[in-house]
Amino acid sequence: MAQTKKDGGWNPYLAGALVGLLAIASVVATTHLLGKTSFLGASTTFVRAAGLIFQVADPEHVEANVYYAKEKVRIDWQFMLVIGIFVGALISSLMDKSFRLERVPPTWEQRFGPSLWKRAIGAFGGGIVAMFGARMADGCPSGHGLSGMMQQSVSALVALAMFFIVGVLVAHLVYRR
Amino acid sequence: MATEQLLGLATGIGFGFLLQKGRVLRFDKQVGAMLLRDMTIFKFMLSAILVGMVGILLLSEMGVINLSHKPMNVGAVLVGGALFGAGWAVMGFCPGTSLGALGEGRWHAIFAIAGMITGAALYAECYPWLKQTVLAWQDFGKIGLPDLLGVSPWLVAVVFGLVTLVAFVWFEKKGL
Repeated sequence: MAQTKKDGGWNPYLAGALVGLLAIASVVATTHLLGKTSFLGASTTFVRAAGLIFQVADPEHVEANVYYAKEKVRIDWQFMLVIGIFVGALISSLMDKSFRLERVPPTWEQRFGPSLWKRAIGAFGGGIVAMFGARMADGCPSGHGLSGMMQQSVSALVALAMFFIVGVLVAHLVYRR
Repeated sequence: MATEQLLGLATGIGFGFLLQKGRVLRFDKQVGAMLLRDMTIFKFMLSAILVGMVGILLLSEMGVINLSHKPMNVGAVLVGGALFGAGWAVMGFCPGTSLGALGEGRWHAIFAIAGMITGAALYAECYPWLKQTVLAWQDFGKIGLPDLLGVSPWLVAVVFGLVTLVAFVWFEKKGL
């Protein structure tokens, strides 16, 4: 609490509970307005983004791929939701002056120094592995962690446990000396 | 923009705003949780799940919505979950928070986003092969905890709520 007050943020329990209300409202809104219930999620958007980018280079290849066909390469509700996360965070951070141009995060710098290259390689490589895993597991901390857990899905509980257990192990290996 | 896209954008703006206010977008908060030093993201996430669960259960019982479980495919969830956890630790963002982190100026998130788009493209190429191997091991289908345990979803919610409250008390006691 003291810590969150110091940096001007909201109590995380309150902000989290409001996300719970937003998730409920969103489920009702998509059901009524779009005729199809959509739950909060983010990782499928990266497949669509990849499809949109590779369509420029090789449209036939993207069209022939069964996975792009399954997930449908288009700018849909979730794609705009992910763009909205960027906009919402920008608005919030400008409002309370917590916006900071950060090159390398402190915890990373303590372990690997201020090199942008090292951070870029870590973020890029970690991103590849994490997204490959999220697509395989069919969800990320939004799709499984929030939406799946709210619905009491077995897959969400197991996925979240795997995310966290392996995350803890790897984080200790990587950041602790 | 059509209704679908506008609704997505508006919901995302609210989501991003709250993620930023909760201070859960940052690399140091995400890695801090994995180093068991700072439980902010768990306070945030578990509160969201608890509130959301009650609402979603009510809506489902009233027949307003149908639940949509993701399949409990053993290879997919175990191997995919482990890969996600490993990548998450090094990247320090998850797919949704990477965009939010970029929004609050943490521009090294751009490398994470580029990596995730590459990872998604790689997955699309590997999918036909994975479908016949890892994804074919065992699939228990779209099941919920209440079906698995043979109990009421409200009992699951109460137990989840109690476990969560105990965790919250413990976090506060330890100053995490």
